[in-house]
Amino acid sequence: MSTGSFQPKNRAVRWFEERLPILSLLHGTLVAYPAPRNLNYWWNFGSLAGIALVLQILTGVVLAMHYIPATGLAFDSVERIMRDVNYGWLLRYLHANGASMFFLVVYVHIFRGLYYGSYKAPREVLWMLGLVILLLMMATAFMGYVLPWGQMSFWAATVITNLFSAIPVFGDEIVRWLWGGFSVDQPTLQRFFSLHYLLPFLIVGVVILHIWALHIPGSNNPLGIDVKGPQDQVPFHPYYTAKDAFGLGIFLIVLGVLVFYMPDALGHPDNYIPANPMVTPPHIVPEWYFLPFYAILRAFTFDIGPIPAKLLGVIAMFGSILLLFFLPWLDRSPVRSATFRPVYKKTFWLLVAASIGLGWVGANPPDRVLVDFGPDVDAIADQVAAAYAANHDGAAPAGDVESLAGLREIAVAAGMSERDFETLVAEEHVTFDMVHLGQLLTLYYFFHFLILLPFIIPRVERPRPLPESIAAAVLKTKAAPAAAAAQ
Amino acid sequence: MGAAVALWPFIDQMNPAADTLALSSTEADLSPVAPGQQIVVKWRGKPVFIVNRTKHMIEEARAVPVDSLRDPQSDEERVKPGHENWLIMVGVCTHLGCVPIGPHEGSYDGWFCPCHGSHYDTAGRIRKGPAPKNLAVPDYEFTAPDRVRIG
Repeated sequence: MSTGSFQPKNRAVRWFEERLPILSLLHGTLVAYPAPRNLNYWWNFGSLAGIALVLQILTGVVLAMHYIPATGLAFDSVERIMRDVNYGWLLRYLHANGASMFFLVVYVHIFRGLYYGSYKAPREVLWMLGLVILLLMMATAFMGYVLPWGQMSFWAATVITNLFSAIPVFGDEIVRWLWGGFSVDQPTLQRFFSLHYLLPFLIVGVVILHIWALHIPGSNNPLGIDVKGPQDQVPFHPYYTAKDAFGLGIFLIVLGVLVFYMPDALGHPDNYIPANPMVTPPHIVPEWYFLPFYAILRAFTFDIGPIPAKLLGVIAMFGSILLLFFLPWLDRSPVRSATFRPVYKKTFWLLVAASIGLGWVGANPPDRVLVDFGPDVDAIADQVAAAYAANHDGAAPAGDVESLAGLREIAVAAGMSERDFETLVAEEHVTFDMVHLGQLLTLYYFFHFLILLPFIIPRVERPRPLPESIAAAVLKTKAAPAAAAAQ
Repeated sequence: MGAAVALWPFIDQMNPAADTLALSSTEADLSPVAPGQQIVVKWRGKPVFIVNRTKHMIEEARAVPVDSLRDPQSDEERVKPGHENWLIMVGVCTHLGCVPIGPHEGSYDGWFCPCHGSHYDTAGRIRKGPAPKNLAVPDYEFTAPDRVRIG
């Protein structure tokens, strides 16, 4: 990190600085840090994520002063925070909606990195540290969601911990170890509370490493080309502190609207029912920021060879993030920014659409029908033949098994009532449902990273010429309208 | 090696504690359960279904060819001789741990899991949907004709 031009005038500050140069470190990071002069608003989201983390820690620490991590008391203690603790409602709604805002800005931050190639050399370690932060955030958010001990809390904890039972051989042992018992219960709640308090501070640690790794090569920029000299840069303060402050204003407005006008819009009403281990709510849905991963998990309804569907779903779900660690080596194009990569740019937007689509699929019941192609004649024929075999010896009488009218005759001969046959026709349809859409989108997600990026795009894409330098590109766009006006 | 040994207590403390292990059996009175009905008792924090099956339910379960099942198990293996009407099983879906609804639900007159759509038959065996295994049968014994101890 650049210590830059930090020259304290105050003697006491100088005395301290000689013994612990932390002020020059902060000055180099937040004031003098030379940033590319062309950063756009998509670069706001990193600092917003940092602010969201601080907000979560501040509200979380004070909530922990009132919350009780015990199964019989947790739900009531949260209600007490909402009703009796001074400003408890505000702190809790800030914490719950702050988590959503944190994920929102982090997802934008990640997609910005994908679009502008910020994961490429020399920023691979920076990218991977960011992914570590994402994984820690997910673990923290999941455990935090369990703490209010409502129905969704309890069943989210049950379903997610049960994912580990898909691990061959040791699965059940691992799940029991996670639970500290034979089901999600007191030991589970208490350890989740402990870890929910710990992990955010680990995140702070990794964020410091993330910023450190950022300041070695410096920020990427919308052109994706290297900084060539001081003419390409401006100091972080006041240029980007001002720009980030404007973004923060927007962020706070959105958070304020959520907290003050629609505080439960992103939550699930079932979480205001105390946890009941004996009854599962009819529709279990995770928080919105986990929906795409939930859709990937559910997309695997079939076994592949010896690997059961359940394990496949779990592997794919974790794999969807783990493969991002290999992204710097999957995408070998030397051009960073999608601005100059016509093919990658299109596939990037498809990836965004697939990710949002997966979120939508995850929010819907898996058997919701999207397209109905009418009665499934083959399946109905099978059922009719089975009904015939159950009541008679020998094969079903020959007839027209290709049409519903023919099948109806055989069904009646098999002893099936007209009404049962109608029910069968109504039930057995060829459909395209949410699971099918989830499968298609999951396929695209993995196809994008594992096939398109490493194998197809390098063959078909011809990147556009890169500008000479950041300064040249910026001054050209500035100069062009002026020149046009002058003519 | 020494480091691994020193690490073990920090890992093993998360396993069920002695008092948790001690809470491992539950007794139930079967006399109020009419044929076709089910009661749910709590055992190790989980629901256990105790079902008094009708003749029809038992016949349905026994008519199924065992080889055709995903987790092949005959109906006889899942009940105690002399108590064939009593089906006792952990009411936790083997997919991801939700509590199925039933009996007389789903496509096989048994249990249906609302979370991800697994169907179980009248012997609690998986027939359709994502779950890999039949509903688990816990260890239990009849302490009297109408009393059972689970665990």
